[in-house]
Amino acid sequence: MAETARRTFALEGRSYDGDGISLAPAGPASRISLRAPAESLAALSEALGLDLPVRPKASARKNARAALWLGPDEWLVIDEGGADLMAICARVAALHSAVDISHRNLAILVSGRRVEDVLNAACPQDLSVARFPVGAASRTVFGKAEIVLWRIGEDAFHVECWRSFADYVFGLLDAAGREAVR
Amino acid sequence: MLLIHCPYCEEERPEAEFRHAGEAHIARPQNIAEISDEEFERYFFIRSNPKGLVFERWRHIHGCARFFNAARDTVSDRFLKTYKAGEPKPALDGEG
Amino acid sequence: MTQPFRLPGVGRLDAGKPLAFTFDGKSYTGREGDTLASALLANGVHLVGRSFKYHRPRGFLSAGPEEPNALVGIHRDAARKTPNVRATVQELYDGLAAVSQNRWPSLAFDIGAISDLNAPLFSAGFYYKTFKWPRAAWDRLYEPAIRRAAGLGNAPDKPDPDHYANRFAHCDVLVIGAGPAGLAAALAACETGARVILADEQPVPGGRLRFEADARIEGKSGWDWAEETVARLAARDNVRVLTRTTGFGYYAQNMIGLVERVTDHLANPDPNAPRERLWQVRAKRVVLATGAIERHMVFPDNDRPGIMLASSARTYLNHFGVAVGNRIAVYAAEDSAYAAAIDLKKHGVGIAAIIDSRAAPESPAVEEARALGIDVLAGHAVIGTDGRLRVRRVHVAPISGGPHREFQVDALLTSSGWTPAVHLFSQSRGKLAFDEATQRFLPGLYVQDAVSVGSCNGTFDLASSVNEAFDAGAKVAKEAGFRKPRARQMEASSGTPWSIGMAGASPGVEPGTSKMAFVDFQNDVTAKDIRQAVREGMRSIEHVKRFTTTGMATDQGKTSNLHGLAIASQMLGKPIPEVGLTTFRPPYTPVTFGALVGHSRGRLFEPTRRTPTHDWAKAQGAVFEDVGQWKRARYFPQVGEDMHAAVARESRTVRETAGIFDASTLGKIEVVGPDAARFMELMYTNPWAKLGVGRCRYGIMLREDGFIYDDGVVGRIAEDRFHVTTTTGGAPRVLHHMEDYLQTEFPDLKVWLTSTSEQWAVIAVQGPRSREIIAPFVEGIDISDEAMPHMSVREGRVCGVPARLFRISFTGERGFEINVPADYGLSVWKSIWAEGQKHGACAYGTETMHVLRAEKGFIIVGQETDGTVTPDDAGLSWAIGRKKADFVGIRGLRRPDLVAEGRKQLVGLKTVDPQIVLDEGAQIVADPDQPVPMKMIGHVTSSYWSSNCGRSIALALIENGRARMGERLYVPMPDEMVEAEVTSTIFFDEKGERLHG
Repeated sequence: MAETARRTFALEGRSYDGDGISLAPAGPASRISLRAPAESLAALSEALGLDLPVRPKASARKNARAALWLGPDEWLVIDEGGADLMAICARVAALHSAVDISHRNLAILVSGRRVEDVLNAACPQDLSVARFPVGAASRTVFGKAEIVLWRIGEDAFHVECWRSFADYVFGLLDAAGREAVR
Repeated sequence: MLLIHCPYCEEERPEAEFRHAGEAHIARPQNIAEISDEEFERYFFIRSNPKGLVFERWRHIHGCARFFNAARDTVSDRFLKTYKAGEPKPALDGEG
Repeated sequence: MTQPFRLPGVGRLDAGKPLAFTFDGKSYTGREGDTLASALLANGVHLVGRSFKYHRPRGFLSAGPEEPNALVGIHRDAARKTPNVRATVQELYDGLAAVSQNRWPSLAFDIGAISDLNAPLFSAGFYYKTFKWPRAAWDRLYEPAIRRAAGLGNAPDKPDPDHYANRFAHCDVLVIGAGPAGLAAALAACETGARVILADEQPVPGGRLRFEADARIEGKSGWDWAEETVARLAARDNVRVLTRTTGFGYYAQNMIGLVERVTDHLANPDPNAPRERLWQVRAKRVVLATGAIERHMVFPDNDRPGIMLASSARTYLNHFGVAVGNRIAVYAAEDSAYAAAIDLKKHGVGIAAIIDSRAAPESPAVEEARALGIDVLAGHAVIGTDGRLRVRRVHVAPISGGPHREFQVDALLTSSGWTPAVHLFSQSRGKLAFDEATQRFLPGLYVQDAVSVGSCNGTFDLASSVNEAFDAGAKVAKEAGFRKPRARQMEASSGTPWSIGMAGASPGVEPGTSKMAFVDFQNDVTAKDIRQAVREGMRSIEHVKRFTTTGMATDQGKTSNLHGLAIASQMLGKPIPEVGLTTFRPPYTPVTFGALVGHSRGRLFEPTRRTPTHDWAKAQGAVFEDVGQWKRARYFPQVGEDMHAAVARESRTVRETAGIFDASTLGKIEVVGPDAARFMELMYTNPWAKLGVGRCRYGIMLREDGFIYDDGVVGRIAEDRFHVTTTTGGAPRVLHHMEDYLQTEFPDLKVWLTSTSEQWAVIAVQGPRSREIIAPFVEGIDISDEAMPHMSVREGRVCGVPARLFRISFTGERGFEINVPADYGLSVWKSIWAEGQKHGACAYGTETMHVLRAEKGFIIVGQETDGTVTPDDAGLSWAIGRKKADFVGIRGLRRPDLVAEGRKQLVGLKTVDPQIVLDEGAQIVADPDQPVPMKMIGHVTSSYWSSNCGRSIALALIENGRARMGERLYVPMPDEMVEAEVTSTIFFDEKGERLHG
C-alpha cells in the first residue's frame, strides 16, 4: 500500500512578532459547519458536550472544543484536539446538517497589546472589549476577505478564514502589525 | 459607509458586511408555471423604485448570512426599520 | 546673517540646532517646529509662487491650511515628489528640499507673467468663449497649450514608494479641532468616561491660542493651558489625541474621514511607518470645533507678496518668533487685526499705520493702538499697492474723499473678519442659516448627531467659546450614554475681541473699476470677474462659481467664498441667502490617493487565491492565468515549448494515455437535509428525486428569466446529502442565489447549504490509463467499470486519507476526479503524478482543459453563455425535467422571446481552411458580399487548434444554427473573409465511446 498522504499547511512557517503584536498560524483542528433548528439544540449540545450558544455573537467553550454562533441556525464548531465531529453529529437523530470544513478554514492567532488596532486596520467592527468582549465571535470582513473573529482573551483573537485567503489575511495583518506604533 | 441594524444579530453592523438584494415583498407566485406573460412581467421585471420610502432586501452576507428586509428613505438615506424576512411590511411614513 | 526676521526670545520654538533646507536650490536654515512658510519668512522670503492664470508673483496669505498661494513641490527623492504642498502646513525637517511651481524659467522672472499684461484677454469665462472653434483645434492645440500654461505642480512620474495605512475606529465622542473650544469639549466628555477621539490638523493643538498670546484660560496663559490640557487628555485611557490629523469628510451616520500625516514632517522616517493613515471613525456624537478662517480685504492689487492675513502675521510672530516685515501697515474692517499691529509694535517692529475702512471704530484695541503711538486712519481705504516681487508702497485715501497718502512698507496685514468653518457641518447635510446681524453662515438644522462649538458656531468670544464647548462636551457624552460631569464655569479672556467685519469688495472697488482686486487668489478671480459673471446672466452662486472658477481648486475658496457671494449679492440686489452658498463637499483639504488606497496595493490589492498544488506547478514551470481571484496553471511548457506546442502535447497525451489536472478551484456546495432533493429540484432544471445515492448528474441552473446561470456535476452522497459543483467563477454567486431562494421563497424546506469549495482539493485524472494510475492509491472503493460506471461517486480513502472519488469526465475520456481534504491535496497530487509518470501521463492546464472540452462540445458558462442563452439555445434541452411542476426559470423559459423562431443556437464551425483558427468573439455573416453594415447572425464563442482533430475547431452561437448544418458561413476579419462550415458541436469521438473504453 502507498504511504499515507501528508498535510501541507497553507501558512507553513509564517509568523510575526512585533511591538505589541504577534501573529501565528493556529495548529490544525477539526471543524464543522453545524446547522440546526432550535428544537435540535438540546440533543446536539449533549452530543457535543457543550451548550450551543443561542445569543448573537456568543460562543461556548469546553476544553479543546468551542462552538461559535455565526447565525440564528449556524454554528462553527472547532475542536483543537481533532475529535471526529462529523461522527459525533452523525449519532444525533435530531434534525441538523453537519459539514466537515476542517480543511476549508484555518486560523491565525493574533495577540498583543495592539491587537484591536491591528485588526481594525481592515475590520470595520467595533472591537473594544465593551462591544466585543472575550468570548465574542462574529463573521465579518477583513479588507477584501471574509473572516470569523473570535476573541479568546483581552489581547487575543482567533481569526479564521478560508484556506486560499490565508495568504492575503496574514499579509494584511502583517502589514498592519509592522506599522509604526500608534 | 452606512450602519445597518441586522435583525438577527440584533446590532448595527458596518455596511461592508452586507449586500443589497433588490426590492422587498415581491413573492414568487406559487403557481409560477401557470401565470400569464403579463403577470410574469409584473413579478420579474417591474420594480417601483420610488423616491422616498422604499422596502428593500438586504443580506448580512459577511455576518449571519441571513436575508432580511429594510425600510429606507432614499432621500435622507436613513434606515427607518429593519425586520426579518417573512415578517409583514410595516406601516411607515417616509421622512419626506 | 541667517534668519534675519527671527526675533530673539520671541515665539515658542527652540533656538537650538538649526535645520537646513533649500527652496528653489537656495540654502536656508530654520528651527525645529517651523513650517516651511515660517522658516522662509524668518529668512525674509515672501515670494513663493506664481498665480494660476496671470502668473502674478505671490507670497504667503496665511499661516494655515486655508492657504491659496504658497503651493510648492516637496522633493524628497526621485520618486517622492509631492506637488501642491501648502508651505504653511508643511513642517520643516532637516534637509527639506522645496521648489516653487507654475513659473519658467525662474520664480522671479517668469515668462508666463505675460498673461498678466494680457489680463483683459483672460477675463471670466474665457475658456468658454475663446476656444470654441475650430473644433479640431481643441485636442491638438488649445488643450495642450492651456495645460502647459495653467495648472499647478507636476505629478510624480514614478510609483509611490511610500505605504499608507487604514484604521477603523469607534468612539462615543469625536472632537474635530483642538483649539480652546475643542479642548474644553474633549475635557468635559472624557471626564464622563466616554471614549473620546480628539483630532487636530496642526502638529501642536491650541488653535487660535497659537496667535492669541494675550489669551488666558483658568488663570494660565492660553497656550500653557492648551499644552497642559492636551497632556491630561493624552494620559487618559479613554482618549486618543491625533495631531497632524485633518477631518476631511463627514459621511452618513456619523462616519468621519480623518487623514493623519505620519511621516511628512520627518527627515528620516521609520521605513515601517506609513506616510499617512486614513482613519474611518464612527462616532456616537461629533463635536465640531473647526474654528474660523480670517478673510482678506478685497482692494486693488491686494495680492502682492508681503500682503497677508493679520492673524497669520500674529501666528508667525507669537508662535514662530518671526516678524513678517520691518515696516508694516494694517488694513482692516474689524477689531482683531489691531492686535497684530499691537503685538508687532510691542516687539519693536515698525507699524506704518492701521487703515480702517470703518468710519468710527470703537474698541479697546483702537485705544491701545493709538496709545502705542500707532497711526490709526479710520474711514480710510487702501486704493492701491506697488512693488513687483514684494509690496513696497501702500496708497491710502479717505473713503469720503480727500488727499491720498502713501506709506512705504514691506508688509501689509489685512482682515475683513472671520468666516466660521462650517465645511464639515455642511458636509453632514446640516442646513446652514444666514445670520443677518453678523453676516455669517452658521450651523442651523442638524441632520446628524453633531454639535458645533466655538468660533465655527459663531461664538468668537473666548470665554463664551470654552464654556459653550465644555457644556456641549458634557451634553454629548451624556447623550452617548454616560453620566454628565458636574457643571463648571471656565474662566477665560482674550485681549482683543473678534468683531463682525465686512464681506465683499472694499471701498474704492466699485463696479466699473478696472483695478484687479482679488477675491480668490488661487484661481485669480477678481471682484470684476464676479460682477461680469452676474452681468452675463449668472444668477445663482453655483453658476457664478463655474463661470469664474471662484472657490475651486485645492483651497476650495476658504478665504474667498463669502467675498464672492457678497459681491454677487450686491450686483443682483438680492440678500446673500437668496444668492445661495455653494455646497461643501469632501475633502476639506486635499487628500492623497495613497491615503484612500491604504493597504490595498500590490499583493494586498486583493486576495490572490492559490490551490494546494500551486507551488508544485510553479516548480514545474507552469504558466498561470487569473481566473477571478484564482491563479490557475494554464499550461506546463517543456523545454523549448510555446503555449501552442505545450497544449498540443498535453491534449494529445490526455487522449493517448492520461493527464492530471488541478480542478480544485471548482465551486462546491454541500446540500444537506431531508428536503435536499426537493430543493435541488427547484434550483436546477433537471430531475433529482430519482438520482440514486452514489450517482452523478450534470445540472443546469437558470435564473427566473430562463437563462443559464451556472452548471456543474452534482453527486448524491446520501439520501439527504448532495455534493454540488459550480463553475470556478460562479461559486459565490451560486451559493448566494441558492440561499436567496432557500431563505426567502422556500423557507420551510429542511435543508442547509455549506460551501465546501476549499474543503476539497480536486485532482482530475483523465484518459484511457486513468484507472490504472489511481488504482494503487484507492482503498475501499471498487473502481471497476461494473462497480463504478461513468457518472458515479464513492466515498473511501485515497492515499490513506478520506476521499470522495467521482467517475466523471470533462474531456470525453474515462476520467476520475479525486476529492481529498485540501491540506492533503499536494501530497496526493505528488503520488498520483509519480504513478502517472510511469504510464506516460502529463500534467495539463486550463488551456488544454478548454480544448478537450471544446472537442467534445461541452459548454463553459460565461464563454458559450452570456446571460441570454437558454438551455435549448445551448443544445441542452435534454437537461430540463419535462415532468417537473416547478423549478427556478420554468416560467421564464416560456416567455415569447425564448420560444420564438430564429434564436441563436450553439453549433460547431469548421473553417474551410483547417489551419485557420478563428478569433473568439468574431462576428458571423451569411453573405460575404452584402453591403456594409452587414447583418450579423452570430458570433464565435470558443475557438482552438485541436491537435487531436488535426485542425481548428470552433463553437458559435448562430441564428437558427441547428437548421444550418453543412451551410457555409463567413467570418469577416480585418484582412480576410474566412469561410467556415456549420457542424455538430462534437468534433471528437462523436459516439462517446471513449468514456468507457
